[in-house]
Amino acid sequence: MKSDIELIDSNGKRLDGRGPEDLRPIKIEAGVLHRADGSCYLEWGGNKVLVAVYGPREAIPRHSQNPLRAIVNAKYNMAAFSVEDRKRPGPDRRSREISKVISEALEKVILTEQFPRAAIDVNIEVLDAEAGTRCAGLTAAGVALADAGIPMTDIPVSCAAGKIDGHVVADLGKEEDNFGDADLPVAISPRTDEVILLQMDGHLTLDEFNKAFDLAVNGCHVVSEIQKKAILDKYQSASEAE
Amino acid sequence: MQKEKRKIVIPSQVLGDIKSKSAGRGTFVENGKIYSGILGVLNENERYINIVPLKGRYDPTVGDFIIGVVEEALGSGWLVDINASSPALLHQNEVPWRVDFGDTERYLNHGDCIMAKILSVDESKKLQITLNERSLYKIKGGHIIDVEPSRVPRIIGKKGSMLSLIKKYIRCRIFVGQNGRIWVDGDTESIEKVLQTIYKIEDESTTFGLTNRIEEMLKKDAKDVR
Amino acid sequence: MTVVPIIKRDHICKLAEQGKRVDGRNFGEYRKIEIETGVVSKAEGSARVKIGNTQVMAGIKMDVGEPYSDSPDSGVMTTAAELIPLASPDFESGPPRANAIELARVVDRGVRESEVIELDKLCIEPGEKVWIVFIDLHILDYDGNLFDAASLAALAALSTAKVPAKRFELGDDYPLPLKEPPISCTSVKFNNVVAIDPSLDEEEIADARLTVATDTNGDIRAMQKGLNGSFTREEIQKVIKASIDNGREIRKQLYENIGK
Repeated sequence: MKSDIELIDSNGKRLDGRGPEDLRPIKIEAGVLHRADGSCYLEWGGNKVLVAVYGPREAIPRHSQNPLRAIVNAKYNMAAFSVEDRKRPGPDRRSREISKVISEALEKVILTEQFPRAAIDVNIEVLDAEAGTRCAGLTAAGVALADAGIPMTDIPVSCAAGKIDGHVVADLGKEEDNFGDADLPVAISPRTDEVILLQMDGHLTLDEFNKAFDLAVNGCHVVSEIQKKAILDKYQSASEAE
Repeated sequence: MQKEKRKIVIPSQVLGDIKSKSAGRGTFVENGKIYSGILGVLNENERYINIVPLKGRYDPTVGDFIIGVVEEALGSGWLVDINASSPALLHQNEVPWRVDFGDTERYLNHGDCIMAKILSVDESKKLQITLNERSLYKIKGGHIIDVEPSRVPRIIGKKGSMLSLIKKYIRCRIFVGQNGRIWVDGDTESIEKVLQTIYKIEDESTTFGLTNRIEEMLKKDAKDVR
Repeated sequence: MTVVPIIKRDHICKLAEQGKRVDGRNFGEYRKIEIETGVVSKAEGSARVKIGNTQVMAGIKMDVGEPYSDSPDSGVMTTAAELIPLASPDFESGPPRANAIELARVVDRGVRESEVIELDKLCIEPGEKVWIVFIDLHILDYDGNLFDAASLAALAALSTAKVPAKRFELGDDYPLPLKEPPISCTSVKFNNVVAIDPSLDEEEIADARLTVATDTNGDIRAMQKGLNGSFTREEIQKVIKASIDNGREIRKQLYENIGK
């Protein structure tokens, strides 16, 4: 969809004042829920996401168990009031697909072979949605998994890049997502830069893809530092407490 | 009182090299380097790098004494929740009673609590527990709470010092399962006091000088009562 | 399913016989309530309510649609609740089950029957176009007493809701027209004692539950008895009295929060 809005001006300034490589403001808090084994609350631009991790616990029904490793069940769900036009409660095809690709991405970093026949449930609730909810959800899931004490080779992190008015930029905002030319969400294991989630829609030349990919990976590293600080803040302060 | 920080580590952090140290619990090795695999407190000596987890389920070890809650009576045994990643099996031969096949419900049923010992953990983490030891039995009376399994060593203290301390000031019976379940028996006031003490130890388990602070608190409470 | 140890039940009952509760409260004492409004930008109104460790979020969305044929000049309201697996190890994903449906209907009744939303003011074209108000309840952390947390969250969200007239090119946005809301208070009975605002530990062993919504006059506006136990007439009187007293305090806190 094309619009009359100029998404980026001649100085490379975007609608919300960001430069091409800048991310929206991000706030992360670990360990926010009472019942969950691990949890995280994350705000990313206008997105608000809450994640709860349960497990590893016995996988039910029993026929779903894998005798060699734990299964990872990410469930991405949007609250009915999280979008402009009310969303019917419950999973639809879009949320099922996102749940699947996020589950697979998380499986890559979780040391699942330590828990045969078990399930690790990662419940991602989008409370307020404004472009890039799957990146926000996966990033919050990484923090919640660490908070639950789940063994992992890395804390997974995600960030998108895209193309607006012919320019490649990081972390698309609301209008940029609606009226942009391409969106490229990426998730990585930041220690090794291995790509664990990659999707794209729109239109990119190979050069543009390479540029967008680099921007997304750089964005991941910026977010990764915020994730790590959020976890350390939670437990460092606890270990200093009187 | 001076309180130093213990070093908190998170997954993916580089901790050392396998040429100089051995990779212990909570770590993993990749390309000769030792990394942290969990959120925890770094515990390093001349030879080993270990991580004591801050959160997470109980990781069963043969010989551990634990508290289980019966989920289900089966034909020839019981399925018992022990706060691990899967339930444990208590076979009818592993109890001090002679149980006929299909008669298991008479002895233990859904919701019953037992003090048990980890009998075996096989390669695929299938767990068996036993009640065949004199100190093990079905728990009656008292109260049961859950704490983070990683806090259990602090709650017990060096050679049981913390538990002895609590028992010195409060009339009670306490059994701390390695799986983070704690059974406390006594009058309701004593139980309440013990729980408050245990929650304080759990909260402050990563700080130094904890034993002294707990003793001061218990002493003060005992005086207040008088 | 999480298994509740029998000795834990017995301990809570033993405490009750001595007049104590497992978290140190007395039987008529409510937990600390926190209300936060305007927590979601996409909703017309929203609130997050905490009662102790229990947390519920409510969001109000509005749309333009057709009225029911039996009330052609009146707006429409609908309430839905989701017991999402985020909130408890025992909640499963999927379509709402009986518990979620009962919760949504009890909240709905408290709002609908006392005409909290002035639906007659939500008519755009009689018989053709009216405002539809969606109340969606999202349970975030379950530590007992969802009924009170969910109804309070719904009321707080409604109190701050704006009718999105501009988005539908129907003039300027304006506050959702509301009347004085009734406040719900829930008590449970276990081991023959009655306790207000049950924690999860108490709910798990409760024989019977009674929710009473009362208005500013102290009149009763909605009730719901749940679970397979029973109440005596005297116990019901006691629960109503406690609901009126606590309802007054909760209302005060709600008004302070929404600046009324």
